[in-house]
Amino acid sequence: MPSRQSAAHYHFQPWNVGRWLLWSAFALLMLVAPLLWTSSLAHTMLSQMGIAIIVCLAYNMLLGQGGMLSFGHAVYSGLGSYLAVHTLNAVADGRLWLPVSLVPLVGGLAGLFFAALLGWVTTKKAGTTFAMITLGIGELVWSMSLMIPEFFGGEGGITTNRVVGQPWLGISFGPQIQVYYLIAIYCFVCTAAMYAFTRTPLGRILNAVRDNPERVEFVGYDTQRVRYLAFMISGFFAGIAGGLATLNFEIVTAEVVGAARSGAYLLFVFLGGATFFFGPIIGAVLMVIALVLLSELTKAWLLYLGLVFVFMIMYAPGGIASLIMMNLRVALFGRLRRLVGAYLALAAAALVVLIGAGAMIEMLYHLQLNQALGPRMSFLGAPLDAHDVDSWFGAAFVMVTGLALFELVRRQFKRQWDEVQAEIEVEIKRREAL
Amino acid sequence: MTPAPAARAAAPAVELVEVGKRFGRTEIIRGVNLAVQPGERVAIIGPNGAGKSTLFNLISGRFGVSAGQIRLNGERIDGRKPFEINRRGLARSFQVSNLFTRLSVFENLRCAVLWSMGHRYAFWKFLADLRDVNDRVEELLVMLGLQRRRDVPATNLTYAEQRALEIGITIAGGAGVILLDEPTAGMSRSETGRFVQLIRDVTAGRTLLTVEHDMGVVFGLADRIAVLVYGEIIAFDTPEAVRADPRVQEAYLGAVLAGPAATGD
Repeated sequence: MPSRQSAAHYHFQPWNVGRWLLWSAFALLMLVAPLLWTSSLAHTMLSQMGIAIIVCLAYNMLLGQGGMLSFGHAVYSGLGSYLAVHTLNAVADGRLWLPVSLVPLVGGLAGLFFAALLGWVTTKKAGTTFAMITLGIGELVWSMSLMIPEFFGGEGGITTNRVVGQPWLGISFGPQIQVYYLIAIYCFVCTAAMYAFTRTPLGRILNAVRDNPERVEFVGYDTQRVRYLAFMISGFFAGIAGGLATLNFEIVTAEVVGAARSGAYLLFVFLGGATFFFGPIIGAVLMVIALVLLSELTKAWLLYLGLVFVFMIMYAPGGIASLIMMNLRVALFGRLRRLVGAYLALAAAALVVLIGAGAMIEMLYHLQLNQALGPRMSFLGAPLDAHDVDSWFGAAFVMVTGLALFELVRRQFKRQWDEVQAEIEVEIKRREAL
Repeated sequence: MTPAPAARAAAPAVELVEVGKRFGRTEIIRGVNLAVQPGERVAIIGPNGAGKSTLFNLISGRFGVSAGQIRLNGERIDGRKPFEINRRGLARSFQVSNLFTRLSVFENLRCAVLWSMGHRYAFWKFLADLRDVNDRVEELLVMLGLQRRRDVPATNLTYAEQRALEIGITIAGGAGVILLDEPTAGMSRSETGRFVQLIRDVTAGRTLLTVEHDMGVVFGLADRIAVLVYGEIIAFDTPEAVRADPRVQEAYLGAVLAGPAATGD
């Protein structure tokens, strides 16, 4: 009997060692990332990633762990930003004394406060009603930002200067790299804290509420209270992210509480994968890449993003994290190599679709936005004429061919995938029987 | 004058007084009176649509009563929320397995014991450090015969395993009064036999109310049987007395109770 129990525990042992490795690697990566990518663009992006990781993890506390679909979580990160910017300005004016490094905590407390206030109403309900209330509260706060310009700063927003008071040990937070490391420290601590939360009684009951709120009521828990507590904790971390954003950008405009921002949290947490703790981290990194790089690359970036989102929902509803975990499982059973060919074929077909669709999208945008420049344009080095039937026909042909190829490859892949999964099941049964 | 202390001590574990329930104009439960003594095993039987599950939903707080009172160990619980009733020592199972689908068997049971062991909404202690909870869950796993399945998500269990886990979650918190809604529904004969023994084991020393269709289970398990027909209790007595009751035979059980011969054809 004891032997069986310990066997059951050993089942998870490698993960405990792996966990230390993983966290160390995470810390190390954040430590050396700005040394590897030294451009100022890279530092800007890394800083934003750190902030996005905190807020996406906070959002996923609701979505992935609590089954709460919020359309208005930017309210808490945004109000955190605002309280932080007012605090920072008060410090600059000498009305208040506070080290700049603690300003994000003010944002966190603001997030906590507003989550306690507004969440009281929001978390009274679950499911669709919950989602509707978050939407309503999001709109409410957004409209407030127009009505109270003294607090929200109106169109221009509120500016600030993060270099306040005497530098401490030479740290003035003037250079971006110093802000980056502050963000990195907050990011690591918050990530660790939110991970720790998933291993506490409340964290586990939150999962239970997600899976089956009714049953939770019959094992002694008030589901409303569980949702409310989780909502407040999530609001706290979102507020910290908001406070860090204030330090990073030195300006806060009303869009930080807007629906577009809330939508971005949802979209990228979903893309990253809400079912695993680390999914939102991937989502956050993608969010910054999309917002900073993709938006530079093409005006149609939101359209591409939408396409990717639809594609993910249809084919991989668990997001990138679940794709990784599923393939990790296949790899652990030593069968990943059988799928490599299919993956390459899938990627090639997807690329063809993307080129065809991309050409058409870019031509359309070119016609709409760059009319003055005439119909001629270049796409991936190829000259296109947006008024020419040949260009359109060519692009459509490429896309349709790509789609047909993709579908063929996908079916073949599905067969192989199912085979491999069946083999793994047999293997698991065999091992259990041993 | 009145023997108050004695009366308190003898308060029924569950007591229903003139309990009624209507949905719109339809009266499902009509003036039910029932007193279950502590430690007693009571089976509620009756034809389909008699209101057995509704009665359980009323007692466990899933629905509010339209009339009457419900008491748990002498304390009124009608109008209370399910979690409040659960905290006062009443737990129930469901006819259709009602589990935490994505959580493992171990986590399902852990969720079910957390409150009763006083850990409530704690987010400042780790689950892994809660020796009392984890030992209790291991104990439950053994009791339910689910040790080998401890890390399997509830949704991947076989039907019989899900039924066992359903009961496990119900009894995990150590409630004194257990309500089981058709615990053996959909099980094979051999599974049912094993299951009745399991129920007997895990509810030892507790008050048990069960809704059951399998008469073998009912007569094997119950100290007393309540017969519910069209929202009314027409008999509440020992299995022998209920079997012999002409009203019961007339209303519901005649064919079933006529003897083994009747079920043979």
